[in-house]
Amino acid sequence: MPDQTFKLNGKTVTVDTDDDVRLLWVIRDLLGVTGPKYGCGINVCKACTSHYNGKAFNPCSVQVKDIKPEDEITTIEGLADTVEGDGLHPMQDAWLKYDVGQCGYCQPGQIMAAVAKVRQCQAEGREVDDSAIEEIRNMCRCGTYNRIREAIKDGAQNM
Amino acid sequence: MPAHRAGTTTQLDPVEKSGTGRSPVNRRRFLGYLIAAPTLVVAAEMARETVWPESSPWASVANAAALPSPPQTPEYYEFVDSYRDACRPTNALLKVEVNKDGTVSFALPRSDNGQGIQTSFAMIIAEEIGCDPANVKVTLADARPELLFNQLTGGSSSTYSLYTPVRVAAAIAKGALLEAAAQQLGQDKRTLTVAGQTVVDTTGKAIGFGDLTTLAASPVTKAVDVVLKPREQFKVIGKPRNKDDQYAIVTGQKKFAMDLQIPDALPTMICRAPDLNGFPKKGDPSNIDEVRNMPGVEGVARIGNGWAVRARTFGQCIDAVNALQVNWNAGTLAGKSDADVVKQLRAAELPLAVPAVPGKTIEQDFVHYSRNGSALETNCAIVSFKNGKAEVWAPAKSPISGQKIAAQKLGIPQNAVDFHVIPGGGSFGRRLFNDSIQEAAEAAKAFGKPVKLMWDRANDCRQGRVKPLCTTRVRAVLTDDAVASFELRYTGVGMEVDEGLTDVLTSQLIKAPGGNLGVSETFWEISVLTPYNFGVNTRFMNEVNMGFNTGSTRNVYGPDTCTAREVMIDKIAERLKKDPMKFRTEFIKTERARRVLERVAKEADWGKSMEPGTAQGIGFHQEYKAVMACIVELDARPETVNRPIVKGKTGPRVTKLTFVVDPGLLINPNGYKAQMMGGINDGIANALTAGLHFDNGHFLEASWDNYYYTRQWNTPPEINIIVLEDSESPEPAGAGEAGVAAAMSATVNGWRRATGQEPTYTPLLHKDPLPFEPYPTIPPIPPSPTNSLEFLY
Repeated sequence: MPDQTFKLNGKTVTVDTDDDVRLLWVIRDLLGVTGPKYGCGINVCKACTSHYNGKAFNPCSVQVKDIKPEDEITTIEGLADTVEGDGLHPMQDAWLKYDVGQCGYCQPGQIMAAVAKVRQCQAEGREVDDSAIEEIRNMCRCGTYNRIREAIKDGAQNM
Repeated sequence: MPAHRAGTTTQLDPVEKSGTGRSPVNRRRFLGYLIAAPTLVVAAEMARETVWPESSPWASVANAAALPSPPQTPEYYEFVDSYRDACRPTNALLKVEVNKDGTVSFALPRSDNGQGIQTSFAMIIAEEIGCDPANVKVTLADARPELLFNQLTGGSSSTYSLYTPVRVAAAIAKGALLEAAAQQLGQDKRTLTVAGQTVVDTTGKAIGFGDLTTLAASPVTKAVDVVLKPREQFKVIGKPRNKDDQYAIVTGQKKFAMDLQIPDALPTMICRAPDLNGFPKKGDPSNIDEVRNMPGVEGVARIGNGWAVRARTFGQCIDAVNALQVNWNAGTLAGKSDADVVKQLRAAELPLAVPAVPGKTIEQDFVHYSRNGSALETNCAIVSFKNGKAEVWAPAKSPISGQKIAAQKLGIPQNAVDFHVIPGGGSFGRRLFNDSIQEAAEAAKAFGKPVKLMWDRANDCRQGRVKPLCTTRVRAVLTDDAVASFELRYTGVGMEVDEGLTDVLTSQLIKAPGGNLGVSETFWEISVLTPYNFGVNTRFMNEVNMGFNTGSTRNVYGPDTCTAREVMIDKIAERLKKDPMKFRTEFIKTERARRVLERVAKEADWGKSMEPGTAQGIGFHQEYKAVMACIVELDARPETVNRPIVKGKTGPRVTKLTFVVDPGLLINPNGYKAQMMGGINDGIANALTAGLHFDNGHFLEASWDNYYYTRQWNTPPEINIIVLEDSESPEPAGAGEAGVAAAMSATVNGWRRATGQEPTYTPLLHKDPLPFEPYPTIPPIPPSPTNSLEFLY
């Protein structure tokens, strides 16, 4: 089996597995980083949302061979380290402020999606409003959507 | 009695005469509770709790026009009462422990799947002891068979059933600490107080809980008399508090079952049949050797209804499952579709008793299509089986049954199974059943190796349990200004009940009026209510077992029967030429309910002018000791209905929602409001978009882009949830399922008023052309795409 090398949360990792294994399973089952969750495996529920070179993507739907050694993969576990200081990312703080999570299963993906959506809006000069938030497809079966909205708008203020 | 794990910390045994602020009434209550034989206590408390004084918030409202309806069972004895009674004999086995590090801990015999009960019980314990809830660690107890009925999570009963017993246990712990401190300090116990995690005397001298806990331990078990803190002195209960695992959630540290790293427990998935409940024909799959040699695959074995694959990664399980060439037997409903099911239910409908009177009668008929019971975390369990002993890790709401099932499948005694209850990624009823635990036990035995078994999403939707299809019929006979009779009939595909809950209900059957009802009928009798004065009032149900995999899904009979009732009430109000809100406030039975209705009308500005194609809608519901009313503003204009969302279901939208709930004694406003929010999003989905299509022996829906639970583009942009903080009701109401019914019925009523159409089924958009191409059933799991990098944002 070939060696697969990439950067995961700031550290270079190498895994010996087949080319077509989806990145989600490499991260979860082989590297033991379990923040990104399985919810469908077909890029619908978005529970595994993480960042590929700073942009949102879904590792359930990427083969590990398509990730290059210099590519930076950031999961929820590495998000706080992408900002300065010892604290959390402002979006994580906003999630705490609004007590968003219920079961919490989707929330790592929700937060990673929210951060990427806010960055996208900022880059495009758009407001982070309801219509921008409604582009986020991440499923929450507990129904925390309304607190997610409040938290995204609040977190965006500090990004 | 099977052994369970002993705590590693010092056990505080009960001591005599502890507690503060005693009053004669409370004192009698809890003395009786602790020392009397369980059955006698049940009887005594029953009598006290079921007779409401005239001044009680439940007392009936007098009304000139309304014809009083006789009391119905849930008005005085609901499911949550039944469950609380079933728990009473074992409540004394629940122990609050004080640890040597000064913290307090409690192993909660319930399952937390996001309801926040670990947080609220930490608050309840901290309140009683007088310490900081941050220093109270509430974990989920391993399966404890000696608890009998008292380790089951369902029916929004957790807080209601355990509120008082946990307070009693905490009060006993506090009393023991004060006693020990009094001896150490040479002071009268009554002069001591708790501050932080210490006991302090009047001079300010303090001793930590950690130093006291060994001294407080009693060598013998004694009866105790505790008095609980009066409500007026509460400092923690009623104050908003974040969920205790919120930090772990936002940092990705929270561990769900599939996140646990158990040695050698490799990913395991099951190849399932194309038909619902189909199963493999005899013999191996033709290519089994080939599949065994696929990358990462460690084993392939026949279990239950399918073939299990154990591999290095779940991705490799999916590939191997899809590669298996299995010959399948037909399922339990081969060739059948929804129309066949409806036809069979129609034939089973019970007759309405009061004859229709021409010109005075309104009739209504609904089909409520099946709803998906999946949580976001699919069914899953880890089982490790070695040397005749097993260990299970799973999100389970009925873990004692789960332990028994695992033991049976492994062929070992129940007490040879250690069953760890892991926080679940949602439940909504699903985790009341131990399907995945049974399969994981079978797979662990077949492979002779530990397994981390997880269902794939498509089969979690298609083969997993659903809230089954049902019909509701209502007939109302009117007078000139009132309702003479109101009859409700529910006919459904059999709603399965887990073994643990069956035992609870069976143990309580004798208490339901009418005597020896079946399990479902009992649940119906103690949960379904018509809370209005509508003269002759009948409510009956009938269920037909057809071979579906079913279970409750965020409420049992409530949402559909509430919707049937509340839509009918709008029709009656129209016939009597009354405003639907005013009509409800005139005919509602209790003052407590009327207050909630009046408040929601005020908050939502009921009756305000609305654009054509938009309308307000009301729904009211009373269950789990909570009273709820909801007003939606629904927009059914074409520009809203047809708003473009790729692969998303749009349709009419609730643009604003106002919800008022009287929660009884409110423990954690943050948590209660969160549960209402979740229930509201369920209710909107149930009303508009979330239904399953059963076609040719299987469900078509296989993902969240087929089954339309509420998404960001469906949820109301404006939502206002008001949790009343001054309820006069003395006990904490249920929360988990409570919000669904009022929101669902308000949404259907809003749609009816906005579109001018008469609804005859839910979800309202169910018969729109199927907006997706169903995934094939062979291979059983849709393969994972490879193109996510093309859609970066």
